[in-house]
Amino acid sequence: MAWDRNQMAARAAKELRDGYYVNLGIGIPTLVANCVPPGMTVTLQSENGMLGIGPFPYDDEVDPDLINAGKQTVSELPQTSFFDSATSFAMIRGGHIDLAVLGGMEVSEKGDLANWMVPGKMIKGMGGAMDLVAGVKKIIVVMEHVSKHGDPKFIPECTLPLTGRNVVDMIITDLAVFQRPDHDSPFKLIELAPGVTKEEVRGKTTANYVE
Amino acid sequence: MAQKIYPDAKAALDGLLFDGMTIACGGFGLCGIPERLIDALVESGVRDLTVASNNCGIDNVALGKLLRTRQIKKMISSYVGENKEFERQFLAGEVEVEFTPQGTLAERMRAGGAGIPGFYTKTGVGTQVAEGKETKEFDGQTYVLERGIHADISIIKGWKADETGNLMFRKTARNFNQPAATCGKVCIAEVEEIVPVGSLDPDCIHLPSIFVNRLIDGSPYEKQIEFRTVREREAA
Repeated sequence: MAWDRNQMAARAAKELRDGYYVNLGIGIPTLVANCVPPGMTVTLQSENGMLGIGPFPYDDEVDPDLINAGKQTVSELPQTSFFDSATSFAMIRGGHIDLAVLGGMEVSEKGDLANWMVPGKMIKGMGGAMDLVAGVKKIIVVMEHVSKHGDPKFIPECTLPLTGRNVVDMIITDLAVFQRPDHDSPFKLIELAPGVTKEEVRGKTTANYVE
Repeated sequence: MAQKIYPDAKAALDGLLFDGMTIACGGFGLCGIPERLIDALVESGVRDLTVASNNCGIDNVALGKLLRTRQIKKMISSYVGENKEFERQFLAGEVEVEFTPQGTLAERMRAGGAGIPGFYTKTGVGTQVAEGKETKEFDGQTYVLERGIHADISIIKGWKADETGNLMFRKTARNFNQPAATCGKVCIAEVEEIVPVGSLDPDCIHLPSIFVNRLIDGSPYEKQIEFRTVREREAA
């Protein structure tokens, strides 16, 4: 049984540590916020200028001036602070954020990430992703193991425009977890989703990695 | 004392607009958008604009209005999704976009306003963002040179300002408004309330008055929400 979205988020949450400042991307990464272990203090940063993101607000407490980087309404916590975008990215670029969890379209065996555009098709932009991969201490990419068309996404070289070169530390897919200790080492398969075999992962991956 | 308060957005932009100008605009998504000033730009008919703004609004909302009227020639932005008209114009080659990473965009505005012509950053090294730009090694790491932004005008949205232009923002509506304010030759701010001098705590001013040249009270505001997300109250 492959992991579903919530299980992938829960796996990513195992990388959280007490006291961490964390930035979560849009989509599955956002779900990591629901999986913080009880008793652990993790402060979530939102790149539009907020440290200490609270849960979604109650219906009668929705505030248009209080949103996360995904433009969803959120609430504040007693320890929340607000700041401008330049200060927000000083935190990110300056290496003050411990962990970022991002989505991905492709990751290469050298740790390159592509997640911001498909030339001629999808025109959205990189938002803060390039800054995050350049400045955050640890980068986890959470993505489906293969594309909608069944093509591997963990591949020898990215075919899409890059978000960052040699930046990914860990890959969590619906089938498996890959990790590397530093940016000079190859990725290692460290975990399989229940019922998934090494052979299945090998068959759906074109990147080189160690087992 | 020089008067900074103008009766409305049209009056506050008077004498400043010309075709082909560059505008720095605050806001993130639809949060903290100078909507009165954008409406006045639409009405003015000024064309061939280059707009530095994190986003380009959504269809026919915020900067999306200026897009619909084809007044924008080029955007300097990090994210332009959720905007079908933008995608259509971009794919048809009708609008240009200089994709700029969000932090680089904020720092380009901050630098432009702080008299810093350029700065080196790790962001975007090895990607198409760095193509054609100077790079330099510092302590074994490669950095790319990015330029500060100098705009002809800045348009921003604040919460409260005093009559001299000392200004406060509210929650995440601060975002790009603060750096954008500093990088224009003239900054026009719209706020929800103008209060008498002395009624804001000097320790709590987010944007000192020197950065605000013209000021309007744009109230009342009906703030829009892009994605309304809520939780259920636990049963008592």
